Amino acid sequence: MSDIPLSGQTEAEHLRTLRKKARRRAVLAHRGLIFGLTVVLLVAFVAVFAPLLAPYDPFAQNLSLRLAPPFWHDTASPEHLLGTDQLGRDYLSRLIYGARISMGIGFGAILISGLIGCTLGLLAGYFGGKVDAVISTIITVRLSMPIILIALAVVAVAGASLKIVIAVIGLLLWDQFAVVTRTATLQVRSLEYIRSAQAIGCSLSHILIREILPNIRAPVIVVATVELAHAILLEAALSFLGLGVQAPLPSWGLMLSEAKTFMFFSPWIITLPGVCLFILTLAINLLGDGLRDVTARGK
Amino acid sequence: MLEFTLKRLGLGVLVILIISVITFILSHVAIDPALGLSGDSATAEDIEAIRQRYGFDRPLMLQYFDYMGRLLQGDLGQSYLSGRPVSELLAERFPDTALLAVLSIGFAMIVAIPLGVIAALKPNTLVDRAALFIAVCGQAIPNFWAGLLLILLFGIYLQWLPISGSTSFVHFIMPAIALGSYAMPALMRLVRAGMVEVLRSDYIRTARAMGVRRRTILFKYGLRNAILPVISLIAVQFGFMLGGSIVIESIFAINGIGYLAWQSMSRADMPVIQAIVLIISMIYVVLTLAADLLNSLMDPRIRINR
Repeated sequence: MSDIPLSGQTEAEHLRTLRKKARRRAVLAHRGLIFGLTVVLLVAFVAVFAPLLAPYDPFAQNLSLRLAPPFWHDTASPEHLLGTDQLGRDYLSRLIYGARISMGIGFGAILISGLIGCTLGLLAGYFGGKVDAVISTIITVRLSMPIILIALAVVAVAGASLKIVIAVIGLLLWDQFAVVTRTATLQVRSLEYIRSAQAIGCSLSHILIREILPNIRAPVIVVATVELAHAILLEAALSFLGLGVQAPLPSWGLMLSEAKTFMFFSPWIITLPGVCLFILTLAINLLGDGLRDVTARGK
Repeated sequence: MLEFTLKRLGLGVLVILIISVITFILSHVAIDPALGLSGDSATAEDIEAIRQRYGFDRPLMLQYFDYMGRLLQGDLGQSYLSGRPVSELLAERFPDTALLAVLSIGFAMIVAIPLGVIAALKPNTLVDRAALFIAVCGQAIPNFWAGLLLILLFGIYLQWLPISGSTSFVHFIMPAIALGSYAMPALMRLVRAGMVEVLRSDYIRTARAMGVRRRTILFKYGLRNAILPVISLIAVQFGFMLGGSIVIESIFAINGIGYLAWQSMSRADMPVIQAIVLIISMIYVVLTLAADLLNSLMDPRIRINR
């Protein structure tokens, strides 16, 4: 009797709920995934509610209180938990607003690159032949170009602003999306449900977006996490070199660059933004690895 | 084999041609080259004169063919800033960057290969987890931050190593570690995955059953087969390093191509930037081509599959 599903579910529905439950259990049991997800959500929360969470205005300078050390030092200033920077700006507030820049640029960039990469990958995988040859060549060209140099060159020509940095990173990081989408599309394109969609005369966009894309979403999401981390690090590197986000905006990479002259006397000033970058990147990578494990196990 | 080689060679040439068009657009269309050559104090007439003298008023297609013609003769143009031939500047700076890249990839391999092999020999043990932990952390540390931390630790507190410059071999130790730590995780994972797969295969089991020595199995049969994909990855990573060394070179003031690129970027010295992007892309294309050919030589299956 226990085999008969309750509440009038059909057998297929019952199987589906079982699978969902198993998936949920796998997710909860994966420590890396839980850690990664928690940290990413936390940083996203901080980024969204930065104005409410930051104790001070991140741009307000206080030249009489420069380079105040953080709370674990004896000479720490009680008003500034994580100290102040070389212009006397509250470091905690700047770090909190920095999460906004990192997450904003990261998500903005992977939206662009995901769109480009998935489109190219879907077309190459679905049509094959000449279309595939052309798109594969485009992918090879992109892979052969040194990302950071191209990004810097474009920013040097177009001028550095938040929008340009997002656009440049987005236009450069689509290669993995394209590679993965192409391979996954190749695998599903001759399956029965695609054939039947073709047979009943579904439009091309319907087949690509409604039929193929939902079925290859797992690897695409994994790539998205990897590229999110990549985009955040790239933004930090560009800003660190002075050709990314411009002062006085509090980007973690830019903060590292501004602080490096003071690191000999106040080492904490380069430690804090670096730790933020490290933990966020680590969390995103763990989330990606975890998602890969869980979705691969589900198959 | 010949057909495969020719096909790959053709693709390589095509890729370089496309990149040359992109860099040309960056330096001739996105920005006015006459403006760059004339400097800040030039009048409108000066700029017009330069435009005519250098032929910047001609159709773009003509200018591109002209540029490619000179490129084929080894003429990469002139730096706007110093007025010196770009090829001379590059030749001067290249050795430092090449040394840094070789040392970095060397560091990555020295750490990654033993770690990957040990992890594969004892999967799911403490050693394996520790190796994975190192890989995950290595991937998440921004290499410019790693560079700064190394400077603090070995340069300031311990005072073991010089913190900037590129005059001696010792100067390259910290930069190589900072740059190499980024390539290490991917290498380690690949070595581990390859070894796990190879050690599971039938011929290793047969060798074991025949009583072949453990060391012979590990190195002669195991690592040699697992290393194939690693060669490709090393080629790819080496190319990334040439491009990525810009951040590390700027931190440690290493007088290489990356530092030159950074100096040129901040002043929009396009001929230099264009040449650097093109050269690094070419090196990358040649390296991946060489890796592909080497792979197909060592593993005939690849040739047939394509």
